[in-house]
Amino acid sequence: MTQVAKESAGVVVERLRAWNPNAVSQVIEYRGQTTIVVPHEFLRAIALECKTNPSLQFNMLSDATCVDRFPVEPRFELNYQLVSIPRVQRISLRTSVSGQQPVVDSLMPVWKGANWLEREIFDLFGVRFEGHTDLRRILLPDEFEGAPLRRDFPVEGKR
Amino acid sequence: MTTVETAIGTAKTMVLNMGPQHPSTHGVLRVLLELDGENIVNAIPDIGYLHTGIEKSCEDKTYSQAITLTDRMDYLNPLGNNLVYCLAVEKLLGLEVPKRAQYIRVMMVELQRISSHLVWLGTHALDMGAMSVMLYCFREREEILKIFERFAGQRMMTSYIRIGGLAVDPPAGWREMVKRFVDMMPARIDEYEQLLTGNQIWMGRLKGVGYLSPEELIDLSTTGPGLRAAGIPYDNRKMFPYSSYEEFDFDVPTRTESDCFARYLVRVAEMRESVKIVRQAMDKITDDGPIKADAPGIVPPQREKMKTEMEALIYHFKIFTEGFSPPAGEAFVTVESPRGELGCFIASDGSPKPLRVHFRGPSFVNLQALPFMVDGELIADSVACIGTIDIVLGEVDR
Repeated sequence: MTQVAKESAGVVVERLRAWNPNAVSQVIEYRGQTTIVVPHEFLRAIALECKTNPSLQFNMLSDATCVDRFPVEPRFELNYQLVSIPRVQRISLRTSVSGQQPVVDSLMPVWKGANWLEREIFDLFGVRFEGHTDLRRILLPDEFEGAPLRRDFPVEGKR
Repeated sequence: MTTVETAIGTAKTMVLNMGPQHPSTHGVLRVLLELDGENIVNAIPDIGYLHTGIEKSCEDKTYSQAITLTDRMDYLNPLGNNLVYCLAVEKLLGLEVPKRAQYIRVMMVELQRISSHLVWLGTHALDMGAMSVMLYCFREREEILKIFERFAGQRMMTSYIRIGGLAVDPPAGWREMVKRFVDMMPARIDEYEQLLTGNQIWMGRLKGVGYLSPEELIDLSTTGPGLRAAGIPYDNRKMFPYSSYEEFDFDVPTRTESDCFARYLVRVAEMRESVKIVRQAMDKITDDGPIKADAPGIVPPQREKMKTEMEALIYHFKIFTEGFSPPAGEAFVTVESPRGELGCFIASDGSPKPLRVHFRGPSFVNLQALPFMVDGELIADSVACIGTIDIVLGEVDR
């Protein structure tokens, strides 16, 4: 079972490389989980390719989240978990953005489900999503200052 | 009343605030409803009233300390939350859990699924005006909570599933207790169905309400009974098995109507399947055997060993003071919670505290579909839609 999943994860990388040789900058294999690192300027195009390519069919965005690597630059690492229901497969996409300009293309035009997931990242990390139609705070009140899930935000809060 | 331009011309709409203190919002959900008479033109969910920063708190705790926080997210599914968190940490560590512990985990989360669906059914029937069903459902839920209390010493916030296995061995007499429950349950589910399934009022309130096409639901990342009621048999237990689910024989109930009634039928059928799984798990669980992985430095040693072996005492001290450090990397694990795909993402930087813990709460993601579901429906139907999405605000807000 895991063997099959591993082989087909390689297929995804191959297809993406065939589509655009610069699309994949790194492939990380960790405990049977494949993460494809992509340049952030290609993110939306790659996501669209993953969704629409008939041999990939990643029709659902399961999760999107951010990791703050402060003080390493580029500090923000965005992780997208894609699921292909027809092909019973999962894959992770990852892209990095810098702390000076934390802006990345929104995946809302590809999957509507990215809406709240990206709003959550915007709310808690302060990463902006270009092309998001409704980028507002979601969990915290509008008057809240700062992005609490950044590593330089104290756990006990700012007083 | 204000006049606004809509797609069909000038119309008078009114904005109605529903919640956060509203009995049918199951907690503290606020929805702004824009109404044209009795019909909903637009719905804007407003969440965050229960935000407790669990993900941030996890970053300041060792891997084992954070388990107790996970209980408090989806408070109707604490064992499922424990499970997904522990599976993620075990994936980071590359730790294999003994089969016996895996089967007990399966049994416990399936009991939890039944209890969660019972709360859903009872409260949803209450929302729809059927008072008595709630009393029946909570009667059986009480039996499940008693089982949990015997296993873990806690009725709800059990923290029973731990990294590498379970907290304690099952108590004496657990088999009789669980058997009495699974023998009783199918007849009780028949009872609920007698009260509701053919009930004209129940059907009138739910049939044809809140339709969304399967394509739309997938696009909105909806999972769980909501997606299965649209004919997509997407279930993590079958598609991406974990904790030995591949050894169990069960069906994934689906419907094709994709309305509130179909979601109700799917959940009732799921309770029956869960009873089946609990029975199989009981057969698989042997009376003796390990419940914890043999991993010194990660799994706390047995108390007897600590009294005779110096290493065990040192490991015990180290686990509870500085914790353990998984290798640097990221793990994403999903399980099927009663509400859908529950995911846990952990990033480790090789230190004893996680760099980032993120939970993909199915309630949070499924709630996105609400504005699309209630579009054009009546105000009363919004209550049916919120109910059948089955949200737990503790998980939505985390």
